[in-house]
Amino acid sequence: MSTDSPPASSSPAPIQLSRQKARYGERVIVGFLIFCAVVSVLTTVGIVVALVGPTIEFFREVPITDFFSADEWAPFFADASFGVFPIVVGTLNVTFWAILIGLPLGLGAAIFLSEYASPGTRKVLKPTLEVLEGIPTVAYGFFALTFVTPLIRDNWPGFLGDPPGIFSAGAAGIVLGVMIVPTVASISEDAMSAVPRSLREGAYALGSTKRTVALRVVVPAALSGIVASFVLGVSRAIGETIVVLIAAGNTPNLTFNPLESIQTMTAFIATTATGDIGVGTLEFKTVFAVGALLFVITLAMNALSIWLVRRFREEYE
Amino acid sequence: MADQLQTGADVKTAPPAIDAPDAAPNGGPTSSSAPVLSTENVHVFYDGIPAVKEVTMDIPRHRVTAFIGPSGCGKSTLLRSFNRMNDLIPSAEVTGKVLYHGQDLYGSGVDPVEVRKHIGMVFQKPNPFPKSIYDNVAFGPKVLGMKVDMDEVVENSLRHAALWDEVKDRLKQSAFGMSGGQQQRLCIARALATNPDVLLMDEPCSALDPIATGRIEDLMVRLREEYTIVIVTHNMQQATRVSDRTAFLTVELDEQDNRTGVVVEYDETEKVFSQPSDSRTEAYVTGRIG
Amino acid sequence: MPDPDRQDRETRSRMRTSARQAITAAGADTESLALGRRSKSEAWKSVAFLALMLFCVLVALALLVTLIIDAFIDGSSRLNADLLTQFPSGVPENAGLQSAIFGSLWVIGMMIITVVPLAVGAAIYLEEYADRSKWYNRIVELNIQNLAAVPSIVFGILGLGLIVRGPLDLGFVAYAGSLTLALLVLPTVILASREAIRSVPSSLSDGSMALGATKWQTIWHHVLPNAIPGIATGTILAVSRAIGETAPLLLVGATVFVTFNPEGPFSEGYTTLPVQIFNWVSRPQDEFRTLAAAGIIVLLFILLLMNSFAIWIRNRYARQT
Repeated sequence: MSTDSPPASSSPAPIQLSRQKARYGERVIVGFLIFCAVVSVLTTVGIVVALVGPTIEFFREVPITDFFSADEWAPFFADASFGVFPIVVGTLNVTFWAILIGLPLGLGAAIFLSEYASPGTRKVLKPTLEVLEGIPTVAYGFFALTFVTPLIRDNWPGFLGDPPGIFSAGAAGIVLGVMIVPTVASISEDAMSAVPRSLREGAYALGSTKRTVALRVVVPAALSGIVASFVLGVSRAIGETIVVLIAAGNTPNLTFNPLESIQTMTAFIATTATGDIGVGTLEFKTVFAVGALLFVITLAMNALSIWLVRRFREEYE
Repeated sequence: MADQLQTGADVKTAPPAIDAPDAAPNGGPTSSSAPVLSTENVHVFYDGIPAVKEVTMDIPRHRVTAFIGPSGCGKSTLLRSFNRMNDLIPSAEVTGKVLYHGQDLYGSGVDPVEVRKHIGMVFQKPNPFPKSIYDNVAFGPKVLGMKVDMDEVVENSLRHAALWDEVKDRLKQSAFGMSGGQQQRLCIARALATNPDVLLMDEPCSALDPIATGRIEDLMVRLREEYTIVIVTHNMQQATRVSDRTAFLTVELDEQDNRTGVVVEYDETEKVFSQPSDSRTEAYVTGRIG
Repeated sequence: MPDPDRQDRETRSRMRTSARQAITAAGADTESLALGRRSKSEAWKSVAFLALMLFCVLVALALLVTLIIDAFIDGSSRLNADLLTQFPSGVPENAGLQSAIFGSLWVIGMMIITVVPLAVGAAIYLEEYADRSKWYNRIVELNIQNLAAVPSIVFGILGLGLIVRGPLDLGFVAYAGSLTLALLVLPTVILASREAIRSVPSSLSDGSMALGATKWQTIWHHVLPNAIPGIATGTILAVSRAIGETAPLLLVGATVFVTFNPEGPFSEGYTTLPVQIFNWVSRPQDEFRTLAAAGIIVLLFILLLMNSFAIWIRNRYARQT
């Protein structure tokens, strides 16, 4: 037994309760941590700063009315025209077909995962969908160009007129649609899983079938989460670059026709800003002006989706 | 810390041989000295709603003081205000004074980290760190920068917690391999290693079986020799077995249906249980409520 | 320790509301309450509905399988060592991925070094120090959430405007790509790290704080070591996203015809795997398409390895605790 110096207590008189060491190290560390958090804010500020300057300069040279009213996008021709609508419509064109494919598929997959799949099935399916989300866009682009487009062209029914060309908005849109399925499915599924069991049980107790419970109880209850997943999926489609660059051609074209080749805002930026683009040239500024427009559009959509998710959380958490 | 000790009337020069099982006869050491902790009109609020209110009490030195009462009466909340653990809950706020040897723990310039060096705590569920038994005990002295012989501190702390004989051959093994009762005694040893003055125990036996509970209770009675102990328990028998003084807390409802804990009665344990002065205490200790 | 009674009250009122909603919802569907003939058509509808939902999942999976098989069929003829050792070339037979592989290694390696401390630091701040009632902390959170959904090409513009040119003026070097991608994946790694930190039981930090450890000592000795598997998993998944990223790199100088390996993060001229593949896809000749398909297989293989590694870490540490 060794109790020579046990951790005995008892110190009655002046006990120092104020900070004994200044702990400068700790303060430096907290300072670093705050810096890290600030970097993320600086990134957003950086994006805005990077976009605003050249964009303002762009509008000094090109009247803003031209930008939003001219119907031709030919910024680098001798007879230049800066109507942004053709590439905005190009984006909308591709996005429309992506929505048509991606949202129903994503929602259906979410309903299956949340309401029908057994825990074991879900455990396999969810990671597989995540793999789909992790496939590089260049692989999707290749797939659109060398598989989807030939498939459509080879099986094109004659009564619909001429088949689409090698580059078409539709082929890119279809592949984009499948690309956003995992995004839509996983966020929607989260929202549906968060619907309280008591709600489902209440409906089952009244004799509802699984289908009516899914469609009339779970989906309405999870609606804001589902809509948020749609918004996020759409914003992903709008911002996607490589698939459209590879599969949709790269020609500004004011059309909603899925069979034609188009250029999107993102594709314009990626083609124009590659290589040694001269700082201060009109080309350089045009990229930033289009980038600013794209940023504003996606920012608005993100804000909408964040607001919707918030509203949903308040309801059930 | 040891070098700050000043020679005073209460400073023990030679600690008793606490390993002897009968070292702490009932009654404990006489100490008529000033209280270790005394509260003055303490309120604890969560999100502005009082969880405990108007607590004024003295915690005597080298005694076991028990807080009993129905669940939700704020006894844990009150306990956590004694070592400023409530600071870790953002919505919590403490008003009033908690005097520790006369110094207000919530006074300006008081650092909660320093407070916790003097006032240790043992929690409801054993919460050993996912490290070896040795490292669990050594963690406190290490982070406090205590210049001590670590092997000796670990051994002494484990002996104090009546755990040494069971674990001396596997100090380097994970603490997760121990039984629940051993884990809780390890947590006590861990708290003792930093040489505290007061030990706060928040329902330390609620997750343990009767045998493990019995060992911890024996331990508390022995530790009273050297430490001031405050224990929260919902087990009334436990309070009668280990404590010298007992505070009974209960819940009061205000007009908005907010539940707030109040101290109904605080006295020698024997008196609280045999001749309670308040009818609510009587109802509780005789088992009519709770 | 939030007031249990208040929670209780909230739960109860929530349950009441839920039950009400459920009854309204189900009540609107009176046909489902009728037994008999109706239930036969109902059964058909149910089966058809289930089939439709299953179809949605299967389409996505079928596409995944087709994509991989298609790449294999197209690219298998070029899937050999030459592909990995040769440099880019205008002659398809002589073209390979060596400079792209080295470029990717430099870009991604430096990106990891850059992003991990930043993301973990921000996550610790937000989880352990930030007072959520303060407006500036809410701004930081909102900002991260928003940044996670900004299109990658916009990060490319940021890189072009501020990193390659502008204030940092690094030029077209590999580190410009690293930094751009680091900012791109920063929100993802922060979110994963926060989740990992949050999942460390609070009883551990309570135990540490009660011993008189400071906040940082508690984080360093207990919170971080226990959060590392989660942080590592999240980081690997974010990195595998960055490996396949093409668009922003086009803007920050990853050029397609680099016939040498970068000497370091700050030497001019680099390319990466997806950028090289993108270039091959864009060429009309079939031989380059074959090269692209082979490159895609290489890329997918790397991603498969990384994902398996992440899953291995997750399982290994999930069992231990």
